[in-house]
Amino acid sequence: MSRPLRRAAASAAAAGALALVGAPAAAQGAATLQPDTMQARVAACTACHGEQGKAGTDGYYPRLAGKPVDYLYHQLLNFRDGVRQYRPMTHLLAGLPDGYLHEIAAYFADQHVPYPPPAPPIASADMLEHGRILATRGDAARGLPACAACHGAAFSGLAPAIPGLLGLPRDYIGAQIGGWKNGLRRAAAPDCMADVAQKLTPQDIGALAAWLSSRPVAEPYVPDPAGSANLPAECGSQAQR
Amino acid sequence: MKRIVKYCLLAVVLACLAAIAVLYWMGTRDDTSTGAAAAPAEAGRMVEQGRYLARLGNCMACHTTQGGQAYAGGTPIPTPFGTLYGPNITPDPQAGIGAWSADDFWQALHNGKSKDGSLLYPAFPYTEYTRITRADSDALFAFLRTVEPASQPSRPHELDFPYNQRSLLAFWRALYFSPGVRPPESGENQQWNRGRYLVEGLGHCAACHAPRNWLGATRAADGLAGGLIAGLDWYAPPLGGDPAAGLGDWSAQDIAMLLQTGMARHSTAGGPMAEVVLGSSQYLSDGDALAMGAYLKSLPAVPAAGPARAEAPSAALLDRGGKLYAQYCVQCHQEQGQGSGMAWPALAGNPTVTAPSPVNAIRMVLDGGFAPATAANPRPHGMPPFAPVLGDADVAALVSYIRSSWGNEAGGVMPFEVKRVRDASTLN
Repeated sequence: MSRPLRRAAASAAAAGALALVGAPAAAQGAATLQPDTMQARVAACTACHGEQGKAGTDGYYPRLAGKPVDYLYHQLLNFRDGVRQYRPMTHLLAGLPDGYLHEIAAYFADQHVPYPPPAPPIASADMLEHGRILATRGDAARGLPACAACHGAAFSGLAPAIPGLLGLPRDYIGAQIGGWKNGLRRAAAPDCMADVAQKLTPQDIGALAAWLSSRPVAEPYVPDPAGSANLPAECGSQAQR
Repeated sequence: MKRIVKYCLLAVVLACLAAIAVLYWMGTRDDTSTGAAAAPAEAGRMVEQGRYLARLGNCMACHTTQGGQAYAGGTPIPTPFGTLYGPNITPDPQAGIGAWSADDFWQALHNGKSKDGSLLYPAFPYTEYTRITRADSDALFAFLRTVEPASQPSRPHELDFPYNQRSLLAFWRALYFSPGVRPPESGENQQWNRGRYLVEGLGHCAACHAPRNWLGATRAADGLAGGLIAGLDWYAPPLGGDPAAGLGDWSAQDIAMLLQTGMARHSTAGGPMAEVVLGSSQYLSDGDALAMGAYLKSLPAVPAAGPARAEAPSAALLDRGGKLYAQYCVQCHQEQGQGSGMAWPALAGNPTVTAPSPVNAIRMVLDGGFAPATAANPRPHGMPPFAPVLGDADVAALVSYIRSSWGNEAGGVMPFEVKRVRDASTLN
């Protein structure tokens, strides 16, 4: 198949997939939605993030289910207040009070849905190995801590505010680290993740996104308890309320 | 003969110059009315009164960015003439209005002039705020003295030529600005007068609900006839007594309920009105909310500004829309479009759905959104955004269906109308 044709076929397939699976969950879970339940209140969220926040099916919208509650809460605050940039999120959250946002965060933190197997990685063995080394050991020569040092040995996160890194789409991981690197994504000072991202090259980011998104999730996949790790750097978001 | 022509020409030129001078004088002179003087209030009470009035005027909407420091300014205000930015009105002496006196503040509110006498752009709605009494202006000023000073300088406006020439505002003002506090209408009761004071003044309802001419001016003669809001691309419904498009079927209590809770019988505030409820009208006292309702109910029906009623959609379009409704909407909005309490608004008889312009209904389908969070509805339900999953033809069929079912007779919608709304949305 010629390249343009292949691209056309791929985008047609993607469009078809979107049409089939991209339907908002409000419609998918028909007959189960009851007014005044949290499930009904967050229908605007699950339309893209999937039922119970188990992730969208279009390969971008990240999973919300089971993430640390304060991590989700901080993201909701940041989107609402324009600190994290994504206009559809900012639009949806406009004017929602802090207490309700915390309730929404707690709802998704409490959802425990099995993780699907990861998509087979389309990446060279060298690239995956580079990602694995950075994620598990870091690079002391460049002052890079391992991802595992903060996000947990199983990359399942650290309560209350450091998220797990597995079960996320490759594009999403790459876009987020890129966002940290160029300042679009920020956290409460001292912004440890921004410091780390500054030191990552585009090759590092690509390798990390490829390797992390290729890892299967071993259940139970829950954040390590608060205070169970000595962080290699001070992180403002762990203390932010 | 030649001399006569010369004199005639000279006379014409002089007349023009005189007319310009008169217009300039009219556009820059000050009005002296102040309204009823209030009894001197104790300072703390005055600040509290000012805090309430600042909510009613929704000052933060233009003077506070999302997540930004209160009243530090910076909010972009898009207009057909360019983008204006709400200035810093904190008491910082350099960046804010810390060096202003209560007289300077009154001059801004009442006569639309800055401390140095320069003319203010009417994006600051002094065309409405001029109805505010001196007593209320002083209370607002007293409150603004108490907010935390911000050193962030005001962002300069980005206006196209010739609108960036401030002095030209004199002519605009001569034509469209009639300053003055209105004395109470003696034939009307206190509630009606209070309602008119709030609707015409602090509430500045006309800013969105009155049609604007090519120079961005609203005219009292047009009433609150509604129309598309320039720069925002939302439709503001008429507030007159027309039963189909206006508030004819609403009671004063219904109006008060919408203002205070964001929801009323058959209607939920969305878009810019949701922002108004969030930032302003939910804080109205019961008496003030009802007074606004009572005054609005006294307005005559004016023909709604906007497009002529669209033709009824074809059976094929309705069929397609009905299938989409069954797939995406019925679970919340129910079989007969009756919705469910505060959770899910009814679509049957919903004025947002049946408005002369389909723009708001299309935008709700595309962008989704939560009802405004208010004391009465602190944990609102959210409507999913359908822009990522439905194409223009599908949205057109769906909106045509809800506009033409369960007794709704608002007519069909074309895919190009959906495309226009999608293109204007800043979300996608």
